Amino acid sequence: MGNTLFDKIWDAHVVSKNEGFPDVLYIDTHFIHEVTSPQAFDGLRDRGLPVFRPKQTVATADHNVPTIDQHLPIKEALSRYQVDMLTKNSAEFGIELYGLGHPYQGIVHVIGPELGITRPGCTYVCGDSHTSTHGAFGAIAFGIGTSQVEQVMATQCLLQSRPKRMKIEVNGKLNLGVTSKDIILYIISKISAAGGTGYFVEYAGDTIRSLSMEGRMTICNMSIEMGARGGLIAPDETTFEYVKGREFAPKGNEWDKALAYWKTLYSDDDAVFDKVLTFDAADIEPMITYGTNPGMGIGVTQKTPATNSIGTDERSSYTKALAYMDIDDDAAILGKAIDYVFIGSCTNSRIEDLRQVAAFVKGKHKADHIIAWIVPGSKQVQQQAIREGLDKVFIEAGFALREPGCSACLGMNEDKIPAGKYCVSTSNRNFEGRQGPNSRTFLASPLTAAAAAITGCITDVREMLELENA
Amino acid sequence: MATKIFKHLHSTVVPVHIENIDTDQIIPARFLKATTREGFGNNLFRDWRFDENDNPKTDFVLNNPLYSGKILVAGKNFGCGSSREHAAWAIADYGFDVVVSSFFADIFKGNALNNGLLPIQVSDAFLRTIFTAVETDPHTEIEVDLEKQLIKLTVTAEQEEFEINPYKKACLINGYDDIDYILSKKHLIEEFETKA
Ligand code: SF4
Repeated sequence: MGNTLFDKIWDAHVVSKNEGFPDVLYIDTHFIHEVTSPQAFDGLRDRGLPVFRPKQTVATADHNVPTIDQHLPIKEALSRYQVDMLTKNSAEFGIELYGLGHPYQGIVHVIGPELGITRPGCTYVCGDSHTSTHGAFGAIAFGIGTSQVEQVMATQCLLQSRPKRMKIEVNGKLNLGVTSKDIILYIISKISAAGGTGYFVEYAGDTIRSLSMEGRMTICNMSIEMGARGGLIAPDETTFEYVKGREFAPKGNEWDKALAYWKTLYSDDDAVFDKVLTFDAADIEPMITYGTNPGMGIGVTQKTPATNSIGTDERSSYTKALAYMDIDDDAAILGKAIDYVFIGSCTNSRIEDLRQVAAFVKGKHKADHIIAWIVPGSKQVQQQAIREGLDKVFIEAGFALREPGCSACLGMNEDKIPAGKYCVSTSNRNFEGRQGPNSRTFLASPLTAAAAAITGCITDVREMLELENA
Repeated sequence: MATKIFKHLHSTVVPVHIENIDTDQIIPARFLKATTREGFGNNLFRDWRFDENDNPKTDFVLNNPLYSGKILVAGKNFGCGSSREHAAWAIADYGFDVVVSSFFADIFKGNALNNGLLPIQVSDAFLRTIFTAVETDPHTEIEVDLEKQLIKLTVTAEQEEFEINPYKKACLINGYDDIDYILSKKHLIEEFETKA
């Protein structure tokens, strides 16, 4: 019987295996940030332990940083203290920090790949659930809690039971205006926000293969939104091309050696998965969520489900979600007026996302009442956007290009959507209050978000694209 | 550093009859600026418990004086979303020792266990039984026996067995800690590194 890609990588990282115990899994790189690390550092101090492999630990400040005036001291005292703690802890324990002002600073899941730290065949963890993003390179990557952050700091290992394996295949050509974000929102809408719990997902099929690395990262990023532990995609020429030449990528002989290994990283033809799902790319239209979990999504031209079509156990939660969003059941979502557009987050803040938005909004202008923020995923993305003149396009279109960070994705800093307001967001979570207390979130692709900014309401981007192509 | 020890519990319960409760509801992001583990209980379910002016919302169960106890019972897919361990800290800090649901998100389950908070996954039917019992009589008591892996409604003696990883069970019963365990394998880690 053949092996899955997941098992090949897992097996290569098992330090110790004991019946009845979780495996001791070796972690190649541990990413840390300011929010989920301070208590772990305290734990180490209490135990009198050093960070076991500080050179395999990378820190950045992203969740709680302002996205304007980053050169000035952080205004809000608690946020400043938390970011300062990371600086202090990193220095004390010998960890490289890409903090505010550093040219490599950015959202942890954006900088890892862009610096060539994220590579095929490796294991990555971070005290953040969207660590699954790094799986796009054919790696095992997943989020952990703070006790586990402490564990990895102390041992470079994680005690972990092997999850089940699921394969999700998507085949066929994508329709006009449909992006990788729509693919993943579509899959989650089909299998629900809990459909992947207990599994590690491998995405396969020719549609997935045809995606750029950015597109693949968007897909793997949202694996957690179906409850999966993580998601990965077998590395191929697209992957190798992306990694090659990046700051921390292997060079010379090391590169050749690495490449030879990476080419063995795929699921064997006769590998057995615990579950296999197949989707047809032709069925996917631009997606939008209407509720308060990422599984509550529909094609932008569809209606919200009728309440009586929802199972009795779930009905009260469904009604609660619609009431929170102030949206009717069995109703169209197209044309719904919105207030904010947020283009950013580790799901969609890479240079490709910004290029796509710039190309679309060029020569257009946002609707008067809309506030549109573009928050790049990293300092490097921001600089690249400026070099390419995208900043000018955004300004002319009435969008604000801010500085890198998580921003309105989680509403931890001052970038919050006000109570009762609607935001079309390219982030990954539409939970109640996620973008600020009582804010209302519609998740969508960067294209759909940009279209909504222009028209001021939820829009089928295909109509605008068809007009342009006509 | 040992974790909290857990063996048995006999308590009334607090029912939060909502599905897909994500960790942003359990503890909203704006409260994650703290750099210690303490005090999160005050902000547990913050936006469901308090209005914009910080007045308690009377329709939320945590504000209902009829309900109290060390067992939180919640709808399916509890703890989904963000990996923030602050969610487990908030629940434990508020005073709960057990969370019962018919389905838990993976990361939350691990975080809870690492903090001596026992997540008990029951069948959909048993969860319904508990909700019905508690919503009819707020004084309903539940007994949890970790050694036998049993959860029981005291008055009717209806019970169900629950699963738990044997290693994690031993950790809870004895107050062991993962780091101590992995550090006992340090020589294997170093060996692994030289091979790689
Ligand atoms: S951008 Fe959002 S989802 Fe991504 S790491 Fe930051 S807070 Fe988490």
